[in-house]
Amino acid sequence: MNAGAKVKLLLKRPRINAASKAHSTHPIWFIVPAFFFLIIFFIVPTVLNFVYSFTDWSSFKTEVNFSGFSNFSQLFSSGNLVADLRITILYAVLVAVFQNLFGFALALLLERDTLLNRIARASFFIPVIMSALAVGYVFQAVLEPKGPVNSIFSFFAGRPVEIPWLYSTTWTIVVVSVIHAWKWMGLAMLIFLAGLKTIDSEVLEAARIDGASWFQTLRTIRFPLLAPAITFNVATSLLGSMNSFDIVQATTQGGPGGTTELLNIYIVRAFGQGLFAQATAMSLVLLIMVMVLAFPLIWSLRKREQIL
Amino acid sequence: MLTNALQRPSRIFQPLAVLLTMIFSLGVPFWVIIVTAGKSAVEARQPNLALPSQWEFGKNISTTFSEGNMGVASLGSLLLLIPSVFGVLLLGAMASWVLARRKTRGLSIAYTIGISGVIVPPAIVPIVLLLKQIGLQGTPLGLIGVYIGMYMSTVIFFITGFIRTIPIELEEAARVDGANPMRVFFRIIFPLLGPVVATATILVSLFIWNDVFYALFVVGGRLDTLPLNLYQVASSGLYLQNWNLIFSYILLMTLPMLLVFIFAQRRIISGVTSGAVK
Repeated sequence: MNAGAKVKLLLKRPRINAASKAHSTHPIWFIVPAFFFLIIFFIVPTVLNFVYSFTDWSSFKTEVNFSGFSNFSQLFSSGNLVADLRITILYAVLVAVFQNLFGFALALLLERDTLLNRIARASFFIPVIMSALAVGYVFQAVLEPKGPVNSIFSFFAGRPVEIPWLYSTTWTIVVVSVIHAWKWMGLAMLIFLAGLKTIDSEVLEAARIDGASWFQTLRTIRFPLLAPAITFNVATSLLGSMNSFDIVQATTQGGPGGTTELLNIYIVRAFGQGLFAQATAMSLVLLIMVMVLAFPLIWSLRKREQIL
Repeated sequence: MLTNALQRPSRIFQPLAVLLTMIFSLGVPFWVIIVTAGKSAVEARQPNLALPSQWEFGKNISTTFSEGNMGVASLGSLLLLIPSVFGVLLLGAMASWVLARRKTRGLSIAYTIGISGVIVPPAIVPIVLLLKQIGLQGTPLGLIGVYIGMYMSTVIFFITGFIRTIPIELEEAARVDGANPMRVFFRIIFPLLGPVVATATILVSLFIWNDVFYALFVVGGRLDTLPLNLYQVASSGLYLQNWNLIFSYILLMTLPMLLVFIFAQRRIISGVTSGAVK
């Protein structure tokens, strides 16, 4: 049988066979091993998260009983729930702001394709590949009261400067979010650079001929056209930093006075103390917060893109 | 003419600005890592910008091996990394192929579930409970399963999108020649996935190599990995503020990923930016 006849035969087949044809050419068992791991190690625990949040599971008891909302009311009355939720959201917002600000500034600075710029771009990506825990320890050392950063400030100020970067109950949350942004700014930079590259150079040339200044072009043409890159960067930095742990653990361990205690820091601490149900309840709070923010965030940012 | 006049000062100031930004934002932390990793314990107690009076680099490195279990921890990290990456990429690619090619309602629901982990954070405490019940808590095998489950979504998301761009005619030609699905996948599709598999491999390796959070819950205290040991070395009272050892450790554990980055720079950069700016 030649190829032409084969095609004819395929075309003649009744419509009903389409499904069984797909079944034999792309068999369903190909997805089974992947979904085995996904379901056992990801989906089932996520579902269990809802169940165990309403139990009294702990290391002090042998049996697990349902306890209604008692974990949540305990977390609420102890003040941990509101405080940690507030700190986590503040941290995520600050990270999103700084990371995108730094990344955008770097992208504009390093836009042209020169040798120095290429070296700089690669260098700013090094923190992205470093361990977040390691970055945290590096900054713990660098920001010590008598450490390198203060000694540089002292040099320029002409007098000894000893700013307690990591020991302020008001400002340390800002400092740790700047560290987080420092680690990831290279990624934001790359995405902004890729976004800038997609902008048609003729549009920019036309604006320039019309006498638009660099800043005008940036504000009215380039910035709006960067919408997809901004969407991606804001969404990933905001949602990614909510699940953060390493940097804060390495720099402040949630201190001073619990002012940088993210949800994940609490979860590790509660788990270490054997309060499994409370840790689970808090991780449910994290899960719900991420979901509640993720969908409207992605939806509204996408919508803004369509308008522009 | 006017634009030239405006650009001329920026030709001088731009490189200057780049150099200053690099010195203050990257230079200071990197310099502190390197000089401190070369100092003696006494000199390193107070981290500063000064050069070591005598480089004790070799001694610090050997201490991280003898007392910080650097060697064992490297093996532990590799023991987790290799099977996890291999498993998640192979199984993820297989699933992605069928998810990309078949368009039934059931499979589109499966795809949505499949990529849910891109946004939803893993529920670590119930994971520990589940591992306890199936007897895998505290074992490398348990953590490998967790990593595979956790990064499966990212892999499916990346690879499904890529397979949709491969013309189906390539498969059909092989099928007409009598190749079964296994053969079509491994001979035709899998070799074409090179770029996306390379990118996903690097990204997943980066996450696993640097992970301390999930490792702490599942194998903390039972298996040495590089980030776990760094965490223990840095937070145990014995080594407190032994910055020379901490920074030697950081330098050594960053080195493999730095080498990968240097050699696969273009792939990593195109990988992380693809899809973000469309």
